[in-house]
Amino acid sequence: MIAWLAGRIVTLLVTTLAASVLVFFVLEILPGDPAQLILGVNAREDTLAALRAQLGLDRPILTRYATWIGRFFLGDFGVSYTYGVPVRELIVDRLAVSLPLALMAITLSTAIALPVGVFAAARRGRAADVMTMGAAQVGVSVPNFWLGLLFILFFSVKLGWFPASGFAGWDKGIWAGFRSLLLPALALALPQAAILARVTRSAVLETLGEDYVRTARAKGLTRSAALWRHAAPNALIPVVTIIGLQFSFLLAGTIIIENVFTLPGLGRLIFQAIAQRDLIVVEGLVTLLAFTVILVNFLVDLVYAAIDPRLRTGAPA
Amino acid sequence: MRLQQRARNWRNGAAMAALALALAGPAFAAKDTLVVGMTLEPPGLDPTAGAASAIREVTWANIYEGLVRIDAQGEVKPALARSWEMSADGKVYTFKLATGVKFHDGAAFDCSVVKFSYERAVAPDSTNAQKAIFAPIDKTECPDPATAVVTLKHPAANFLFNMGWGDAVMISPASAANNKTTPVGTGPFKFKTWVKGDRVELTRNPDYWGAPAKLSAVTFRFISDPSAATAAMMAGDIDAFPGFQAAEAVAQFKANPKFAVKIGFTQGKTILGLNNAKKPFDDPRVRRALAHAIDRKALLEATYSGFGTVIGSHYAPTDPGYLDLANAYPYDPAKAKALLAEAGIKPGFEMTIHLPPPVYARRGGEVIAAFLQQVGVNAKLAPVEFPQWLDQVFRRSEFDATIISHTEARDIEIYARDKYYFNYANADFKPLYKAYTEETDHGKRVQIAQQMQRKLSEDQPNVFLYLLPKIGVWNAKVQGLWENIPIPANDMTAVSWAD
Repeated sequence: MIAWLAGRIVTLLVTTLAASVLVFFVLEILPGDPAQLILGVNAREDTLAALRAQLGLDRPILTRYATWIGRFFLGDFGVSYTYGVPVRELIVDRLAVSLPLALMAITLSTAIALPVGVFAAARRGRAADVMTMGAAQVGVSVPNFWLGLLFILFFSVKLGWFPASGFAGWDKGIWAGFRSLLLPALALALPQAAILARVTRSAVLETLGEDYVRTARAKGLTRSAALWRHAAPNALIPVVTIIGLQFSFLLAGTIIIENVFTLPGLGRLIFQAIAQRDLIVVEGLVTLLAFTVILVNFLVDLVYAAIDPRLRTGAPA
Repeated sequence: MRLQQRARNWRNGAAMAALALALAGPAFAAKDTLVVGMTLEPPGLDPTAGAASAIREVTWANIYEGLVRIDAQGEVKPALARSWEMSADGKVYTFKLATGVKFHDGAAFDCSVVKFSYERAVAPDSTNAQKAIFAPIDKTECPDPATAVVTLKHPAANFLFNMGWGDAVMISPASAANNKTTPVGTGPFKFKTWVKGDRVELTRNPDYWGAPAKLSAVTFRFISDPSAATAAMMAGDIDAFPGFQAAEAVAQFKANPKFAVKIGFTQGKTILGLNNAKKPFDDPRVRRALAHAIDRKALLEATYSGFGTVIGSHYAPTDPGYLDLANAYPYDPAKAKALLAEAGIKPGFEMTIHLPPPVYARRGGEVIAAFLQQVGVNAKLAPVEFPQWLDQVFRRSEFDATIISHTEARDIEIYARDKYYFNYANADFKPLYKAYTEETDHGKRVQIAQQMQRKLSEDQPNVFLYLLPKIGVWNAKVQGLWENIPIPANDMTAVSWAD
């Protein structure tokens, strides 16, 4: 168990390092000079050179990578070219929006999807199943930004219950922050829930056909008891996999929703930083996100072990 | 116990709400805060260390002031210099400075600050985006603390106007290094906070040396998505959007009496930029043919719902001596074809147009390609990101054509440069511009300005398309916002709410 853990942690670090190399060098060969971007079209050559020296862009690329990655692992991500503040500060500020948003969205989506999926599986082929899965099909097809716009038009512009955009800030109180995030979280959660509900349904259906469920029924369990005690827990592995993937996506893949609701989250930071060639922000952030995705996968593996004893003891699956 | 507690909470809550309402009552009658929407977030808040318009749109005239300022009509007006005199040869400017002025951190403003600010801008390690506007300065001297004498190497017609820009604001030696994150100026508003990615908040400067601002606080909020901006205006989250981008949403604001919609002039001279150093665009007949091939009214209709002004040269209608040359090359496909044939261009000729991200380029490019198709020119569209545009088109001049808006104020000077991306480098235009910049008589300068415009119209180094519209949408009760933008700014000094 410990050897396995240590092995996984080494893999985690090596993968992160590989990701950092890739990110750094790909960004460096992108056309576009950060100094020219900051100083615009009337800047003179000497001014551009002065700014490049100030930003440390005049040093050789390998030196820059070595310094950057060395400091990265010590938690110093450098200073943003455009904002002029430490990258870490920017990321921490944005996480205060993106992390709660992702957690809210994933909680909502799971809370909606799991019962619906199991319910549909239990009523396979009947009207309730057809209706919920029909709704899920619509949910999968609806883009979240469009849903977001609809929510804004209805709940903010028409009813005025929620702000149409922006993030009030946690310093204005938990409720103010929560209120700014509820609509975007819902817009993110519904399409995700639709996917998750379909996965849950088919996973449960699969386990319902297994021998042990028939055995459970044969020893006298009711249909629903067999479903909840035996079929549903065994269906969790694919469901947890999807939840893990969705969480990684929700943490940084929300650029469009963040634009629609004008939330200062990680997605928008990365988008803006790429457009402004704030390379050091992109490099730090992408490497960190790669690390997070790898970490989430690692945690998902741990969850597998928790819900499936066979993976824990090393017995053949 | 639990229930009692909850009941008490409810009661307290109700009392608080009642109190809040009571407090909000009178505040409603004299609202004195404003939330302003902007499309782009400024990259830093130091206008002397970056070219982005957004920096000026937050800070210029609000936080920072220069010796002079530009007003809504594009005129030079006194700011920290209360008056000035120019010597007869146009080389010595003597500024009388306002006295008793303090920076927001308490540092005093006097002539030494003027000297510091101007010398810093041209220092070897300066990162001033418009270093060139300071190039004419020979020296800045301080005969006494309230007088600044600036001597130029040669007369420079635009010198005063340029000293009104954000790049030439007064900064204190004590705070200059930190202005990017915590700006300190002499202006009527002080910097309060910047929530990166969301908003910048300013508060009124109670110790302002001049007439105090009417607003007690201004918040600039950054909303890049046009439909999100529309929703935020509609929901009342934002009071004013002076640079509104969604032209197609303007009709719904016009129809609503709660909003005022003002269409004005920008400095955004939008052109089909041509590489004059590359065949066949070195032939003026080809360039004129392209000008005849494009129906610019229809182009404006397709990109900005018809707002905007067709132009015929690199000159904005708000600038002194503007000539209306919009009809020099009327839409005439037959004539365009004839000119192309005359220049030896065969039907089916292929060219590439590089398109940066803004809507004027991306949507405009499709429309222009369709017009060119009509005269037998196959235009391939190459969408590029802005950094790539700067690198490939602007720096290396590797392009046939591009669509770009030159938003810098009074920048006809770019046609007099030896090396600039469209490679005009015309031997007749350069002396014209030199004469313009060294002429001190206003009447004569206007004459030369008109000569320059005619010359550019005739040569069509680029096809001059239109001036970007300035679409301002705001709450109908807000007054004092600029309708035109002669320079990038959101001047809040005179803004207030009507009762």
